[in-house]
Amino acid sequence: MTQETRMDRIAEHLTDTEVKGRSLWLDAARRFRRNKAAVGAVIALLLVIAFVLIGPAFARWSNEEIDWTLMGDVAGQGMPNVENGHFFGLDELGRDLYARVIQATGTSLVVGVIGAFVSVVIGTLYGAVAGFVGGRTDNLMMRAVDILLAVPSMFVIILLLVMFGRSFYMLFVGIGLVSWLEMSRIVRGQTLSLRHREFIEAARAAGVGTTTIILRHIVPNLLGVVVVYASLLVPQIILTESFISFLGLGVQEPATSLGALISAGAATITYGTVWQLAFPLVFFLVTIVSMFFIGDGLRDALDPKDR
Amino acid sequence: MTARIQSLSAVLLASTVLAGAIAGPLAAQGTAPNGDKLADDQTLTIRMLDEQSSLDPQLIEDVSGSDIARQLFEGLTNQDADGKLTPGVAESWDVSEDKLTYTFHLRDAKWSNGDPVTADDFVYAWQRAADPATASEYQWFIGLMSIKNADAVIKGEMKPSELGIRAVDPKTFEVTLSSPIPYFPQMTSHTTTYPAPKKVIEEFGEQWTAPEHIVSNGAYKLSEHVPNERTVAVKNENYWDAANVKIEKFVTLVINDESQALTRFQSGELDRTEMPAGQFPRMQKEHPEEAVSFPRLCNYYYTFNVSDSGPEAFKDVKVRQALSLAIDRDIITKNVLAGGQPPAYTFTPAATANFVMPDVEAAKMTQAERDAKAKELLTEAGYGPDNPLKFDMLYNTSEDHQKIAVAMSQMWKQKLGVQATLANQEWKTFLDTRSQQAFDMARGAWCGDYNEASTFLDLLTTSSGSNDGKYSNPEVDKLMLDARTAADPQADYTKVEEIIADEMPVIPVYHYAGVYMLDTDVGNWPVNNVEQNWYVKDMWKKAE
Amino acid sequence: MLNYILRRLLIAIPTLLVLIVVCFLLMHAAPGSPFTSERALPPQVLANIEARYGLDKPLVFQMWDYLVNVVTRFDFGPSFVYRDRTVNGIISQGFPVTLTYGTLSFIVAVIVGVSLGVAAALRQNTWLDYLAVGTSFSAQALPNFVMAPILVIIFTWKLGWLPGGGWNGGAWPYLVMPVIALSTSFMASIARITRSSMLEVLNANFIRTARAKGLPARTVVWRHAMKPTMMPVVSYLGPAFVGMITGSVVIDMYFSTGGIGLFYVNSALNRDYSVMLGLTILYGALTIVFNLITDIAYAWLDPKIRY
Repeated sequence: MTQETRMDRIAEHLTDTEVKGRSLWLDAARRFRRNKAAVGAVIALLLVIAFVLIGPAFARWSNEEIDWTLMGDVAGQGMPNVENGHFFGLDELGRDLYARVIQATGTSLVVGVIGAFVSVVIGTLYGAVAGFVGGRTDNLMMRAVDILLAVPSMFVIILLLVMFGRSFYMLFVGIGLVSWLEMSRIVRGQTLSLRHREFIEAARAAGVGTTTIILRHIVPNLLGVVVVYASLLVPQIILTESFISFLGLGVQEPATSLGALISAGAATITYGTVWQLAFPLVFFLVTIVSMFFIGDGLRDALDPKDR
Repeated sequence: MTARIQSLSAVLLASTVLAGAIAGPLAAQGTAPNGDKLADDQTLTIRMLDEQSSLDPQLIEDVSGSDIARQLFEGLTNQDADGKLTPGVAESWDVSEDKLTYTFHLRDAKWSNGDPVTADDFVYAWQRAADPATASEYQWFIGLMSIKNADAVIKGEMKPSELGIRAVDPKTFEVTLSSPIPYFPQMTSHTTTYPAPKKVIEEFGEQWTAPEHIVSNGAYKLSEHVPNERTVAVKNENYWDAANVKIEKFVTLVINDESQALTRFQSGELDRTEMPAGQFPRMQKEHPEEAVSFPRLCNYYYTFNVSDSGPEAFKDVKVRQALSLAIDRDIITKNVLAGGQPPAYTFTPAATANFVMPDVEAAKMTQAERDAKAKELLTEAGYGPDNPLKFDMLYNTSEDHQKIAVAMSQMWKQKLGVQATLANQEWKTFLDTRSQQAFDMARGAWCGDYNEASTFLDLLTTSSGSNDGKYSNPEVDKLMLDARTAADPQADYTKVEEIIADEMPVIPVYHYAGVYMLDTDVGNWPVNNVEQNWYVKDMWKKAE
Repeated sequence: MLNYILRRLLIAIPTLLVLIVVCFLLMHAAPGSPFTSERALPPQVLANIEARYGLDKPLVFQMWDYLVNVVTRFDFGPSFVYRDRTVNGIISQGFPVTLTYGTLSFIVAVIVGVSLGVAAALRQNTWLDYLAVGTSFSAQALPNFVMAPILVIIFTWKLGWLPGGGWNGGAWPYLVMPVIALSTSFMASIARITRSSMLEVLNANFIRTARAKGLPARTVVWRHAMKPTMMPVVSYLGPAFVGMITGSVVIDMYFSTGGIGLFYVNSALNRDYSVMLGLTILYGALTIVFNLITDIAYAWLDPKIRY
C-alpha cells in the first residue's frame, strides 16, 4: 500500500535519531504545529470530543426517551426547536436527536479507537516477532499473512456479525483483528533492519531474552510508525462501522452510532425530515475529515523528507 | 350421492363472455369490465422486496415467488377479488359424502406450448411435491392437505405413485384424503398444487424454469428473468381465457430498499410499492387516491418463553398479563406504523373468514385502566421499584421491528419500571435462537396459509413446530383437534382465544394491513383479498 | 520476472485451498442453516432436503466432495436458496455486471482522481488546492449509502433524466448513477495520494535539477515527475479495484443492478453455503491476481526493483 514506503522512511528516520536523542519528537511537534490544516483539525476534533463530554449537561431528554406528545407527527412538529429542548429535532420514533447524536458520536469514537488499538497491538507484536525471530518462523508467519490478505474482508466482517452479533465491542475487537495485516508487514520490514543494529546486538550479547528485546528495544523504536498508522486507521474503522450499521447489524438499540443514525436519516430524506440526516452526517464528516487531516499531518511531521 | 358444488362465479364468468360476444364491436379492446377506458400501454410494473427463490410451483417458498408463479401457472382453483374460491383449471368439483374424496372436473385448457392440460399434469405435480427426491420445503403442505399416504410418501416409506391422487380420465382428477378437512378446496389455489409440465421438467431438469425453457398454463408466460433485477411475463395467447386478459405485460423489479422504491414510484417507474412505516398519513394527504391500506391475514406478536429455559417471572400469569396490558397498542398502530393496522387483542386477525371475535376484556378498557391494572398485577406478582422485572426482548434486524420494540420497552419502563433489554439478531441467527428457546421474550409474526382461524391457533398447540414459547395447555390442544372435524369449528376457535386472553402466553400487538402506494391507473387491484392472492389477469390499466 | 509470476501463481493454489477450508468451517459454525425458516419444517422434510444437498454427511466428506467438484469439473454446486440456479450460473450472470460498472468506476476514479491530485499539487496552497483537498476528504468520508438515494432523488425524481435503477444490459443511462456512487470515494483517495506523492516528487533533487536546467514546467511534470508520482498510486489501485467490486453491495441494493455484491451479502444472511463459498473463492482469486498485477506494474515503474 501507499503508506508502506513512507512508513519505512519514517521508521528508518526515527530509529536513526532515536539513538541520538529525543529531539526528533520535538522537531516533529514543531512541524506539526506549523501545519495549519492539521492544527485546525485537532481543534475541530477536540470540539467534537468536548461536545460528547459536555453536551449531555444541556440535554433535556435522554437518548432513549420517546416524546409521546410529538411522536405521531415528527415531520410536522419534530424539527429542531430550542423551546421544547429538542435542539436537533426528533428521530423517526420521536426520540431526542441531540441526545442521540451525542451518544452516537461517543460510540463511533470509542469503536474507532478500540478497533485501531487492537489492530495496532496485534500487528506490531506479530510483525516484530516475525522480523526478529526470522528464518522459518518468519517465513511461515508471513505466508499466513499473505493467505489472510486474500480473504475478502467483507466475508470476515459478515461472519463476525453472525457470530458476535450480540456483543458490539467484541465485534470491533474482531474488526481490529482483521485489519492488523498491513501493520504487521510494515513492522516486520522495520524489525528486519533493526535486528542487526548495535544496540540490539549489545542487548543480545548481554544475554537479554528475546521477549524482552522485542518489547523493550524493538517496539519502542517503531513508535512513530505506530502513531501514524493508528491515526489513519481510526477513521477507517469508523467508516467500516457505518457500513455495518447500514446493513442493520451494528450496535444494539437504544444505543446508537453515527453510522446507524446516518443510515436511518438517509432512508427518510424524502419524508420532510432532513435534520435526521443532516446532524449526524455533519458530526460524522467533521470527525472523519479532521482525523484524516491529523493523520496526514502526523505523517508529514514525522517524515523527514517532507519539510 | 354426491353433493355438487357449482361455483356462482363460473356462471357469471360465462355470462360476461357471452355478453362480450353479443356486444361485439361495441365492447372493443378499449374497455374494462366495469366500463373504464383502457390505456394503450397495458404494462403492470410492481416492486418486489427480494429476488424470488424459484418459479418452480412445487419448490416455491416465498412471497415473491408465489406472486409471480400465480400469474404464470393456474391451479385447480383461483381466488376472486374478495378471496372467494373461483374455478381455475377445474370447472367444478364434487365431494363424497364422507368428505374424503374430491373429484375435480377439468376444463379444456392448454399449456403455453399448445399441449392440453390434463389430470396427469396434476398427478405428476402433486407426486413431485411429495417426493423426497424433489426435496421441496413445501412437502409439509402436501402433509397439511391430509392426502392419503402423504406422510408415508414424505418419509420415503411409500412410493410417490401411492399418494392418494389419480387421473380418472384426462379431464377428471380425484383426491382421496386421510381425514376430512373443511378447508381442503381452498388449499387447491396454493402454488404448491399447480400443475407441472412433465415433459419439460424431464428434458431440462432444474433449469426448466428459465425463460427459454419454461412452459406454463397460466395467463402469462415468462419472457425475461434477470436475477436481483427484473422478471418479465407476457400474455399467454394459449390461455383458455386469453380473450379477457387485459394486461399485456407484467414486470416485477427487485428493489431492496423501500424508500428507494418509493422514490422510484414517485418518478413513475412503478405501479405499486410498499409504504414505508409511518409514511401513510403524509402520503395519504399528498396523494389521497394512491395511498391504500386494507387488512391482511397476518398477526404480529411477542411470545413469552414459558419453557424451562425461560425466566421464572414469565411463569406467573400476572406478569404476562401486566406486560400485555401496559402496551399502548394505539400508539404503535397510529404513531409508529400509522398505516391503518388494527390493534390486536386476539391472536387471530379479525379479517379471518368466519372468525367470531371473543369478548376480550382488555379490548374494552381505556389505556389508563389497562395501565392501572398492569401496575396492580405486577405489584401482586412481587415486582416493584425495589425488585424490578428484567428480561431481554429478542427481535430480528429490521427498522420497523426495532421501532416497535423500542416503543414497547419504553412503555414498560415508564409505566411499570420494567427493564427490557433489546437484542436484535439477523434473521437466521434469530430463528435459530428462537427455536432453541434461548430467549426470554421474542418477536413473532404469522401469515395465514389459508383463510381460516386454525392456521393461526395451531401455532399455540403443544405439538406445533413453530410454538417457540413452548406454551402448552391440554385444553387448547383438545379444542383444536376437535375443530378439525367439528361441524362448526368457529366456536372452538373463539374458546381458544378466550383461554389465550386469560393465560396470555403471547402478546398480540397488531394485525397487518397491506399498505401500498398504488398508481390510480391500475384497475381492479383486489384490496379485499386478505391473503393478497392477486391475479394480474383480472386487472387492467386505465387511460388517464 | 516470468519465474516470479509463476512462483506467485503457484503459491496462490495452497492459499485458495486454505481459504476454502477456513470459510467452509466458519460458515458451518454460524447458527442456522439454509433451510431454517419461520415455519419449523417437519423433521422428515428437513431430512429429505439435507439429503438432497448432502448436508447429512460429516463435514469432512462434504468439504471433500466440494473440493473434488471444484477442482475436477470447475463446478461450484447448486445454490441452496435459489433452487433453480447454480453458483456457476449466478457468477456468470452477476459477475459481468459488477465487472462492467466496477471497471468503469475504476477508470473514472483514476482519471479524475489523478488529474485532481496533480492539479492540486501544482498549485499547492492556493484555493484550488484547499478546495481539492477539502472535497476529497469529505468525499472519502461520505458513505455511498447516503449518496445513492440523493442521486436518485435528483436525477430520477426531480429532473427525470435517468432511470432510477435496473441494468438493462448495461445501457449507459443505467450506468451513470452506479458509477458516480461507486467511484467517488476511490476518486478522492486517489486524488489525495497523487497530490502528496506529486508534492514529494516535485521537491526531489532530480526535479530541482531539471528545473534549474530551465526545462519548461510542463515538460518537467509530464516527462520526469509523472512516473515516480504514480508509484504509490499504482500500489493503491490493486486493492482499490478489489474494493470496488466488494463494495458494490450498496450499488446493487440501491440501483438493482443485479451484480454479485448483493448476492454475496444475501448468501451470507441466507446461509446459502455454496453461493457464499463460490463468491468468496472468486473474491479471493481476484485479490490474489490484482495484488500480483500491482506488484508487476510497480516493478515496471520502479527500476530499482528486480525479481
